Amino acid sequence: MFDKIAMYLQYSFVRYALIVGVLIALCSSLLGVTLVLKRFSFIGDGLSHVAFGAMAIAAVLNLTNEMLLVLPVTIISAILLLRTGQNARINGDAAIAMISVSALAFGYLIMNIFATSSNLSGDVCSTLFGSTSILTLNSREVFLCIGLSIAVVVIFLLFYNKIFAVTFDENFSKATGMRTNGYNLLIAIVVAVIIVLSMNLVGSLLVSALVVFPALSAMRLFHTFKSVTVFSAVVSVLCAFVGIIISILAGTPVGSTIVAVDVAAFAICCAAGKMTGGVRT
Amino acid sequence: MALLTIQNLALGYDAHAIVQGLNFSVSSGDYLCIVGENGSGKTTLIKALLHLQEPISGQILIGDGLRKNEIGYLPQQTVVQKDFPASVREIVLSGCQGRCGFRPFYRKEEKQLAEDNMARMGISALANHCYRELSGGQQQRVLLARALCATQKALLLDEPVSGLDPKGTSEMYHLIAQLNREGIAIIMVSHDIAAAVRYASHILHIGAAVFYGTREAYLQSDVGKCFLTHQKGGEA
Repeated sequence: MFDKIAMYLQYSFVRYALIVGVLIALCSSLLGVTLVLKRFSFIGDGLSHVAFGAMAIAAVLNLTNEMLLVLPVTIISAILLLRTGQNARINGDAAIAMISVSALAFGYLIMNIFATSSNLSGDVCSTLFGSTSILTLNSREVFLCIGLSIAVVVIFLLFYNKIFAVTFDENFSKATGMRTNGYNLLIAIVVAVIIVLSMNLVGSLLVSALVVFPALSAMRLFHTFKSVTVFSAVVSVLCAFVGIIISILAGTPVGSTIVAVDVAAFAICCAAGKMTGGVRT
Repeated sequence: MALLTIQNLALGYDAHAIVQGLNFSVSSGDYLCIVGENGSGKTTLIKALLHLQEPISGQILIGDGLRKNEIGYLPQQTVVQKDFPASVREIVLSGCQGRCGFRPFYRKEEKQLAEDNMARMGISALANHCYRELSGGQQQRVLLARALCATQKALLLDEPVSGLDPKGTSEMYHLIAQLNREGIAIIMVSHDIAAAVRYASHILHIGAAVFYGTREAYLQSDVGKCFLTHQKGGEA
């Protein structure tokens, strides 16, 4: 088996997939804890559907670099969605449902009406489930991905304490002089970047899993914010790595394999948490 | 000069006033209790004092060296906090965030301040414990320690004893009274009128009738008498 892995590793597309996969998993896990705790677990889903709609438009317009359209559209939607959480005429939950299904519907509609390729259902399927896109990355996409991932990690580290304070108690933070609106905006933008990145890996329907599962797994076992964050990053990276290797060896779709591994990890963490009552540090 | 001077304040939503004509002041060493029926605007007043909400009209003046965001705040617990994975130390330290500005990490003095305030609240032994596994009284102490990290002068407490058992309640009141003796001005919103008239130096009653004055004056006033008997009747 190791021979087989070694053989695959000689191909650059496999190495790219592993690098990108691990980086994306790392980024997506970082804000997972915040999103779960702020009751925004489904924002990943909503945003990825928006990104899907944007991708459809980009495909119809024949844009060479679809990121230029997808990223700004997703960021704007993220800002709108996270804002609705505060002054709720339509509450966050309903807003996410509305935006996500309409983006999905319009995306598919546009793709259908202005179909540019003969294999429409194949295109849609790979955008939704990310079936092969990770294995067909070119070096430019890889560098873009590495750049954005580094940016996300650096921003997260620099603002770690602030993100904690805003997540734990927004009113207190605001009352003691923090610019909470600014930090919420920052969180929204980073989330949008993460979602767009993650779509490459698992496709738009499965993005939420990448954001939510590592955080939930870590919360079963650990009891401080720092340990939960670190452990969810570790779990996420491990799951992505194992998932990609399995999918290469077994020929299964990458995205769903990674998510399956994430689910398994969650089950293990649940069981371990029940048995030990959690790590008391 | 008082720490806080409130002049002719009207509060509400969308220009619809819930409460108006508020005039009161808080000086250092004061213990002000804000009482009133549900829906009388207590929460709105808190938000205004913390600059979370703009008043419709009137002014909130700060003085005596109090800076705009230097009121320590003890909020009511939110659902989010009930299952938040965080250690006591992490939470108390986050009270220093207001002094950080854009600086990403905490300084040594801030970490020391957090340790000192945990000691002050008697929760040093719990520093590494998980917040969600503490008792209600312990959780309140943690949040109080956090509020103390944000202020030296004034604390605003929103129903600090709601959900506590009798022992926790009396311990909490003792802690607050002790902080008040150390010179911190206390502004407390409370349903517990008996405790309010026992501990407070001043009372602000808001609702249909607004009263502000010392505890003694409140006990003699019509508003106070009426509210006290009403509350006692309600509890019996």
